[in-house]
Order: sequence, then C-alpha cells, then structure tokens
Amino acid sequence: MGIIELNQLSKFYGKAKGIENVTLEVNEGEIFGFIGPNGAGKSTTIRTMMGLIFPTSGSAKIFDMDCSKEGPKIRQEVGYLPSEVFYYDKMKVLDLLKYTAGFYQKDCDARMYELAEIMELDLKKRIEDLSYGNKKKVGIVQGLLHSPKLIVLDEPTSGLDPLMQKKFFDIILEENKKGATVFFSSHILSEVQALCNRVAIIKDGVIIKVDDIKSMREDNYKKITLRGLQIDQEKYKLEGVTHIINGEDSFKFFYKGDINQITKQIGNDNLLDVLIEEPTLEEIFMHYYK
Amino acid sequence: MLNIFKYEFKMYQKSILVWSITFITVTILLMAFYPSFGSDVAMVDKLLENYPKELLQAFGMGGELSLATVLGYYAFVFAFLQLFIAIQAANYGFSIISVEERELTADYLMSKPVSRAEILLAKFGATFITLCISNGVIWISTLAALKLFNDGKAYNLSNILLLLSTIIIFQLFFLSIGMLVSVLMRKIRSVLSFSLALAFGTYILNSIRAIVGGKLLGYFSPFYHFNPATILAKGSINIALLTLSSFVIIASLTATYLLYVRRDIYSL
Repeated sequence: MGIIELNQLSKFYGKAKGIENVTLEVNEGEIFGFIGPNGAGKSTTIRTMMGLIFPTSGSAKIFDMDCSKEGPKIRQEVGYLPSEVFYYDKMKVLDLLKYTAGFYQKDCDARMYELAEIMELDLKKRIEDLSYGNKKKVGIVQGLLHSPKLIVLDEPTSGLDPLMQKKFFDIILEENKKGATVFFSSHILSEVQALCNRVAIIKDGVIIKVDDIKSMREDNYKKITLRGLQIDQEKYKLEGVTHIINGEDSFKFFYKGDINQITKQIGNDNLLDVLIEEPTLEEIFMHYYK
Repeated sequence: MLNIFKYEFKMYQKSILVWSITFITVTILLMAFYPSFGSDVAMVDKLLENYPKELLQAFGMGGELSLATVLGYYAFVFAFLQLFIAIQAANYGFSIISVEERELTADYLMSKPVSRAEILLAKFGATFITLCISNGVIWISTLAALKLFNDGKAYNLSNILLLLSTIIIFQLFFLSIGMLVSVLMRKIRSVLSFSLALAFGTYILNSIRAIVGGKLLGYFSPFYHFNPATILAKGSINIALLTLSSFVIIASLTATYLLYVRRDIYSL
C-alpha cells in the first residue's frame, strides 16, 4: 500500500484543465519530488490531496483513505506547507501555534518550541508584523509541530534565505529519518535532486515521467557555452551533444553523457571563456519533454 | 471544533461591545422622548393626521396604535431597532464563511483535521451565541427603557415580550441569507455593502408595500413578517408569515451546508 495513491485524478475548472489522469504512488518513507513549471498542475494535485478542492474524476487516497471523504482523519497525520502562507493577522505567533496544536489529538508543545527555536521564530510577535520570510517560518512550524507521518510541501522554499533553507531541509531530512514520508513539490530541479528519492514530472496537467533520482541524474544535462573565435564545431558532433545554437562568437549546446569526454574536447580548443551550467527546468521541458 | 468556536467567539468580542452600545443607545435615546409625546395625546395624533397613512406605516407608525401610547411609540422605536438588528445579522452572515477566503486563511484552516461541517457548525454556533447576547441586550434595554420612560401610562407587557421574542427569528433570517449568498459567490470583497444592501433592501421593500398596498412584496421582507405595530396591536404573530420566515431560514442553512461541504477553495 502506498502512502499516497492518485488514480486517474482529473480536475477541470469549468472547461479549463487543471490536471488530467494523474496517476502516481508514493511509498512509505520516501521523499518524493513533484516537479514541473509554474501552472503545470502541482498545486491543483496537492489541493485535491488536502481536500481543499474536489476532483472532477478519479481518486486521491492517503493512508488508503479517500481524500474527499475522510479528510479530517487523514489530515490528523499530515503536515502541509503551502507556497503562499496566510494566517490570522491579529494573532500572536504563539497563539497561532497553540491554536494549531489544538487541532491534533496529541501533545505538540515540546516539538513546537523546539521547531520555533531552530527556525529562530519570535513567538511574541503578531502575525501582521512579520516579514514574508518569517511568516514562512511560522508555516513550517505549524505544519510540522504534530510530527506528521506525511509532510506535503508545495514550493516551500520561496521567501526563505539560504541559511533558513538549509535548516529547513535538515528538519525535513530528520523527519524523514524518523519515518515521515515527504511529498515535495517544486519548480527548482536542483532542490528536488538534492533531497528526493523519486520524482514525478508534471507538465500541462499531465504526468510525463515518474523516475528515481538516480536515473534523473543519469539524465543530467549540462548546458555548455563556449566563447572563442576559432571553434571547430565539427569536433563537437559527439554522442550526447544536442541543440546546438551558434552565436557570433559563441557556441552553445546541451550535453548528456560522460563529463570527462566533453571537458577533454573543450580542453583542446583555444577558448576565450567557457560556462558549464545546469539548464533551467523550462529549458529541459522545452527541449526534452515536448 | 471547540477550538474554532473559541477562536471565533473571541473574534466577536469587540463587535459584541459595539453593537451592545448601539442597541442600548438607540433604545434609551428614542424612548427618552416618549414622555414628551405621550403627555399630549391629542396634539400628537393631530400632527400625524397631516401625513399620509402609507408614509407613516412605512416608518412603523400610523397603525392601529396611537404614537402617544406606550405600545404605539415602542413600535416606532422597534422598527429602528429592527434595521440595526438586520444589519448586524447580515454582516455576520456575509462574513463568517467569506472571511477565510478573502483573507486567504482558508488553506490554513481546512488543511487541519477538521471537516467542513465542523467548521460551519463552530462558526455558526459562535455567531448564534453572539446574536443571542445582542438579543439579550435589546430585551434588557427595552424593559429598562419602558420602566424609566413610560410617563406613568399603563401598557401590555406581554405584547412587548411577544414582539421581543421575534428578534431571534429575525436575526436568523438575515444571518442565513447572508451565509447562503456568500457560498453562492466566489468571493465577497465588501461585507458591509452586501449587508447594508440586504437590510435596507428588505426594509425599503416593506415600505413600498405599505405605500402601494397589498401583501405580495411583504412576503419577501421580514420587516413585514414581524411588523412591530401589527404585533403590538394584535398581541399575536401571524403564523403563516412566521412559518415562511422559518422555512427561508431552514432552506438557506441547508443549502449553505450542502454548497459549503463541496466548495472548491481556490488558491491565490
């Protein structure tokens, strides 16, 4: 039995497609990445899982229970951090966290204070006085204070500075070690690659690939830009080189394969500059998942 | 569920205070003028004779009771109170569900282990108790004002109590309509404009009915269902109209529940 089981899940907003026939299974103890460009259907999928919206057809199950029918029971063991966080402005942080803890049938106090300390959260401040990044920290603490069995994260890192992102990832990994399953939605490929065991890629509301992260790494494309006046382009017609774009004094291409082979070739050329970078997710989608 | 109820009720504290002051002020201030009206019965009646009967009825006067009597005067006071009661109840009705979506806190609340039915019940419960408190304030201020400013004239207390007992249905009417409209719409940006429109709309509807005559328009207005001048004069409530109000309340609340439990909560 998977912790999350989505079966032919579709959601249409009137005639507009949100997601269509999304089928995937997340196993216990996994950190599962859910990746796709903005507007691909990631939030629609998650909102259906959380019972915020109702599917047009198909089913979404968590802990083998239907998300639309048994939501409260499911959510007792789910921690959710949405991409945009909004809380009751007039409340103090501590009051909001205590209010949150009041929904769960367990004592959350110890973990609540522990998380607040790790995230360096000022519990006495009012929500309305917090910066966006601090509101996000409140989101993290309120989402995890009940030590959930499933953590659902929808673009969780936006608004967090790199130091806080690191702390946040450490917390997630720690929860995962304790047995929590993590469903991690993002449009940042490197973030998902660093954290997840398996990944589903969604585009235009349709799952186009579900793969383990090892295979994704093997599909590790590099975007290489060479600058120089006398580059012999013929020498780059190698296996794994695609999408060659010629500029006035530059030469760009995507490469997938043994990195030593391509750097050896680059080393033979008389170059002014070289840039080897990770393609953006949009570029990957544009070139490989048409 | 108790968690939400406590939070919601706490949020009402300021509102309870403001509305209590409003109801006490309106009741005491208006009733305080009664001794000067009641002391010269003939003059008041003669003065009002100059106005068209329909116009007086539209403002809760000119019924079977003279404005110079305690009951007749209180009917006029209560017509004002009804308008405020309607605004308060409609305000709550339009707000209790829509506030979570307008202020984008619905995601937070609904991702907690609580069902939509429980959320609705907790919010409705907190609002109902709040309205009951306002109701109590009106009862107490009315009875106190009548005692202080009756100008030594006798009045039928049981008719007053009967009129006061209609407040709860009147409140629930506006609360339930407000709730239903808020689940029918995707978003309510300005609660106050909606509640003023509903309260004044139904008030004006009843005023137009008084001018053009007939009953049809009155069926759509609780100001007609619970017309204070009629209730105080007859000492009874029109059962058919009471049933109509009750039916509207039950139907609105049922429809609100059915729509709310299946409502999609959209993100930004």
